[in-house]
Amino acid sequence: MTRIGAWIALAFGLGYFALPLIGMTEFSLKMRRGVYSFDAYAKVLADPRFQETFGYSVFMALMTIAFGVLLVVPTAYWVRLKLPRARPFVEFVTLLPLVIPAIVIVFGYIRMFNTSSFLPLTGTATGTNLLLMFGYATLSLPYMYRAVDTGLRTIDVATLTEAAQSLGAGWTVIIARVILPNVLVAVLSGAFVTFAIVMGEFTMAALLNRPAFGPYMQLLGANRAYEPAALAVIAFAITWACMGLIQLVTRFSKHTKAAR
Amino acid sequence: MAFLDIEHLEKSFGPMKVVKDFNLGIEKGEFISLLGPSGCGKTTVLRMVAGFETPSTGAIRIDGADMVGLRPNRRKIGMVFQAYALFPNLTVAQNVGFGLKIAGVNRTDADARVAEMLALIGLSDLGPRYPFQLSGGQQQRVALARALAPRPQVLLLDEPLSALDAKIRVSLRTEIREIQQRLGITTIFVTHDQEEALSISDRIVVMHQGIADQVGSPYEIYNRPSTRFVANFVGTLNVIEAEVTDPAKGHVRIAGAAADLGRALPSGKVSLAVRPEMISLGIHPGRETVLDGTITDVHFLGSVIRLKADIGAAVLAFDTFNATDAPPPKAGARVQLSLSAKDLLLLQD
Ligand SMILES: Nc1ncnc2c1ncn2[C@@H]1O[C@H](COP(=O)(O)OP(=O)(O)O)[C@@H](O)[C@H]1O
Ligand SMILES: [Mg+2]
Repeated sequence: MTRIGAWIALAFGLGYFALPLIGMTEFSLKMRRGVYSFDAYAKVLADPRFQETFGYSVFMALMTIAFGVLLVVPTAYWVRLKLPRARPFVEFVTLLPLVIPAIVIVFGYIRMFNTSSFLPLTGTATGTNLLLMFGYATLSLPYMYRAVDTGLRTIDVATLTEAAQSLGAGWTVIIARVILPNVLVAVLSGAFVTFAIVMGEFTMAALLNRPAFGPYMQLLGANRAYEPAALAVIAFAITWACMGLIQLVTRFSKHTKAAR
Repeated sequence: MAFLDIEHLEKSFGPMKVVKDFNLGIEKGEFISLLGPSGCGKTTVLRMVAGFETPSTGAIRIDGADMVGLRPNRRKIGMVFQAYALFPNLTVAQNVGFGLKIAGVNRTDADARVAEMLALIGLSDLGPRYPFQLSGGQQQRVALARALAPRPQVLLLDEPLSALDAKIRVSLRTEIREIQQRLGITTIFVTHDQEEALSISDRIVVMHQGIADQVGSPYEIYNRPSTRFVANFVGTLNVIEAEVTDPAKGHVRIAGAAADLGRALPSGKVSLAVRPEMISLGIHPGRETVLDGTITDVHFLGSVIRLKADIGAAVLAFDTFNATDAPPPKAGARVQLSLSAKDLLLLQD
């Protein structure tokens, strides 16, 4: 009896998630009258605006990941090593982006760094890109920090640090050659989440007026019929590919590194 | 001045003084053990030498150079930890070569040195393996090779054998000692295991509540313990309360028998200690103090038989050798024990 109930619940849940997806995919294939075709996809992929915004967002995602790794790995390491009692506080701070809406953050940025401020970042494209990257890094901070901190828990940070120090290593070498390689899997999973966030982000990019993928999707959605559906499927595929890669690296890691 | 000089070293964590006025001079090539119960401050002393803790006061010098204030990665000290602490992402060979790479040793020389170190620890074939593919004993040998590869001035080992099985513990300690002697490297070895310390050290520092109670060779520490703590901690010891009958001449009474210690004693009562192997069953020439007792326990250990006898004032443990023509007495048997007054240690508190 309960087993049947569980199956019904599962079927309902799957349907709830899958039906819109199936519907959307089906719709995206119907651009040509009467037959299924990839016309909508071909159109989207051929659009120079697509290539431009997609390329821009991929670039921003990679920059955000690099910045996030450089910020989070040494911080999480240092907190674990030297300030273990500050950990709950730091964890709380990294969670703030989840409760502060992106729009608040970006308005704060614009107020702080507008053209008449002490640091007029919004005055140039590069400055605005930098600002957007900081914004993206903030949005992905909760995920990145958590992933890295969990990774650090699996190694004996203090003893490995001391072992490296006694062999002559300074802080840079320790972080680059001892800590980072041992939390690489965690860093990668944080990186994929960051990638997915950046590819889909709309608010910040739109308000800072950057040619990102999120605003492009919105624009297309407002003006076309079949192409937005195709684009949504593509966006889904990217996100799912990231999730798949997280699974893959996590599984891969279990073979190369088991704790003694 | 000794090669490694530790003077008036002290360390407090908050209000708690963990190391108190610690002094030690170690000669080049010497193997020193810090021996003491858990929590007595051994690790803290070692970590101050390595640079992981800053002394509250005191000086540490290696070859005349002041170490206090020098960062750990500048001290040229090799360290081996209880938990091995191998880098999990590096192979055995890469682990051993880690210090060489940081020191900027060129590839050819580094490879040669790594091969030499792996041969030294008898693991030449395991270079490409990862740490998780090795047994505990193998990992600890790799950790030793890694510490030795950059030719440190001093080698520090913090309970390196405590995580290993009893059998490997014994064989690896011998191996560590052999390697240490072959390289002639100045070594401090921390342990809470007295047998370990006695078997491989040139000198032992017995620590107790942050103080170095006694420094001496294993022979001295075992046969002439200077404090009650050392006497109790190192080896098995019988403690007997004795009544001083003549303080000036050093005459005492032990459970009715007289003994002449031949040196001035405080009046009243004194605590005397004697090792099990210094007490004989039966009467023997040269062992003039004779005690009557009843056997309470017989432990057959193989070549040696450890017996216990109640002499009224105390229960004494003593040893006899196994002999095919003389079976040991049984529990309850009345026996006479003899010992020599010169083997009695006067314990100070
Ligand atoms: N970082 C620290 N902070 C506070 N107390 C410490 C610290 N390190 C060691 N102690 C204390 O110092 C004492 C000696 O510790 P330790 O040197 O590790 O002893 P041992 O190695 O002989 O077992 C212990 O009581 C321990 O609790
Ligand atoms: Mg210790």
